[in-house]
Amino acid sequence: MEKKVLLGNEAIARGAYEAGCHVATAYPGTPSTEILETIGRDYRSIKAQWSPNEKVALEVAAGASIAGARALAAMKHVGLNVAADPLFTFSYTGVNGGLVIVNADDPSAWSSQNEQDNRHLARAAKVPMIEPSSPQECKDFTRLAFDLSEEYDRPVIVRITTRVAHSQGIVELSEKSEVAVKPFVRNPQKFVMLPAHARPRHVFIEEQMRKLKDYSDASPLNRIEWGSRTRGIITDSVAYQYVKETCPEDSVLKIGMVWPMPDDLIRQFAAGVEKLFVVEELDPFIEDWVKMLGIRCVGKDIIPLCFELTPDIVGQALNGTNRKGAYPRYETNPIPPRPPALCAGCPHGYVFQVLARLDLNVNGDIGCYTLAALPPYSAMHTQGCMGAGIGMHLGMEKAHGPDIARRSVAVIGDSTFVHSGITPLIDLVYNKGTGTVIIMDNRSTAMTGHQDHPATGKTLTGEETHELDLAMLARAVGVKRVVTADPKDTAEFERIVREEVAAPEPSVIISNRRCILLK
Amino acid sequence: MKNVIFAGVGGQGVILAGKILMQVAMDAGYDVKESEVHGMAQRGGSVDCHVRYSDRVYSPLIPLQSADFIVSLEMLEAMRKMDYLAPNGWLIVNLEKVDPAPVRTGAMRYPPDLQEWLSRNVESTLFVDTAGILKHVGTRKALNIVMLGVLSNYLEFDESQWEAAIKSLVKEKFAEMNMKAFKMGRDYRIPA
Ligand code: SF4
Repeated sequence: MEKKVLLGNEAIARGAYEAGCHVATAYPGTPSTEILETIGRDYRSIKAQWSPNEKVALEVAAGASIAGARALAAMKHVGLNVAADPLFTFSYTGVNGGLVIVNADDPSAWSSQNEQDNRHLARAAKVPMIEPSSPQECKDFTRLAFDLSEEYDRPVIVRITTRVAHSQGIVELSEKSEVAVKPFVRNPQKFVMLPAHARPRHVFIEEQMRKLKDYSDASPLNRIEWGSRTRGIITDSVAYQYVKETCPEDSVLKIGMVWPMPDDLIRQFAAGVEKLFVVEELDPFIEDWVKMLGIRCVGKDIIPLCFELTPDIVGQALNGTNRKGAYPRYETNPIPPRPPALCAGCPHGYVFQVLARLDLNVNGDIGCYTLAALPPYSAMHTQGCMGAGIGMHLGMEKAHGPDIARRSVAVIGDSTFVHSGITPLIDLVYNKGTGTVIIMDNRSTAMTGHQDHPATGKTLTGEETHELDLAMLARAVGVKRVVTADPKDTAEFERIVREEVAAPEPSVIISNRRCILLK
Repeated sequence: MKNVIFAGVGGQGVILAGKILMQVAMDAGYDVKESEVHGMAQRGGSVDCHVRYSDRVYSPLIPLQSADFIVSLEMLEAMRKMDYLAPNGWLIVNLEKVDPAPVRTGAMRYPPDLQEWLSRNVESTLFVDTAGILKHVGTRKALNIVMLGVLSNYLEFDESQWEAAIKSLVKEKFAEMNMKAFKMGRDYRIPA
């Protein structure tokens, strides 16, 4: 069959296609975005959509699954926090058609607000998790995940990391399986999680996870590659590739299914080697488990807990190699860094010029505009997760009284506002806040590469659809002062910001100017 | 194992250059892997990609001191990758400079002596004066392909293999322009 060079994320899209997936959903988030972009572009047999956020994306996918379709939802690691609520309960209901969640972690936080290790979520939610380590495995494991999901009645998480998502390699393609959408069969004991239904489901899923443990022990996803018995290394994800590169002589237990863990295989491997090591990125997830089995091993004593691994880090830890540069260091002048910065002419730039001039407290959010926290603007003072700025803005007012709202604003992008800004805006009105929210409407989810969203009036596949009217929405939730303005006229924009911030009632300013990179 | 790092600034086409090399190597029967840093959408951050080919490639990342070639589309970006260059590796650098933000705002200056320092400290360097070539090609967008043409002289693949890979990866209407850029890079000789 044909071979192709594919990005990890493109290979996942291909795997979904080959598995006969019917429905795919996501909210864009680096490093997961290309999965749905590829499906929308190359695999039109799958109904693909951007959802307003990851919770909705997972719910749509779960609905499709329960109705009998094979469905996939893709998101970055912090997106799975947003979708944790449906995850934990759709774990109880289980599936009808296969349900696969692709979760992209970001060790080193290349483009994220934290570097959480979502292997813990598989254990907490009691769902199987499999981990490809190359583009070929991205395709094969995704395809397999649909079968596992149906066979064991569990949603299955495919966990990738930035380095897996954003590396390319040769992928051998296969034919698409033709899978029919099954009928939806009413079954409230399975699909309505009343307490009386949830309790027996809990017993059922514990039983399924026990069966999956047997599968994990026997599955080709987990395999021993015997080499020298002096040293054995247990490893997963891309760390496996670094181990193979730097320690080609050693015995390796490659973990491809990280939850449930293959206890018997681990015992067998440990018994076969003199000294046991665990090489994994971020938390000692495997290491803790191995130790819990009563097996001695060396892991985070020598492998860093923070940031992504590299072949050099693994080589240094295991072999003591310590490569630095081969050339002298250039020291005559400082090398200027090249940090990401707002594009010249970026609409956000005008807004932050004004906010910096007015020296307001700025509760920020997630988007290109988070860069305004840095020079030259230095005009953002809090920021946490998607949509947090508006709630924090209200919280500040609750702490200090309305005076602080006369010196503060919340800023949020259009896509982020639709993702998670609407409910806190309702809260701000409901709980009698008086603050000003600036929705910076650049007509795009710009930071992740310009995806559409409900307020652009276009779908993932470029079809026209209803365009969410942000001003009307703000009025509908009870904001009486709603102004729309082009920030490029900074004098006028400044006048508006002054006026709205001074007003002792909630207000929304929609700063309206397209991202300059939009075609 | 051949290890090649492409470095540059967002928008210069670093990743496409890597992708073309991968395609050529795969078509020639090698296993290939690549790892790339996707800059955020904003313009102007550093971008790089590591390309490796051999009978079997494990790590998508090149270890330090192991790059046979660093092809940098910008001088400062070459400096950032120096730790990867193998002791006998080649450094191929576009002479054009792109000022980073701290230079544009006047907070720092662009080090004036980079070319001289590199020539002095790295045995195998090739500085490519792309400005003239790009004028000839008629678009600055082909910078990545010109540099790939320069690199092609050092690799085992013949011109028809490169042509097939380029044509399979660029839009049809730009294929001819890109082949012209590639050939001009391939024919590049340092002006005497
Ligand atoms: S991509 Fe668009 S929104 Fe982001 S910095 Fe550039 S102009 Fe601004």
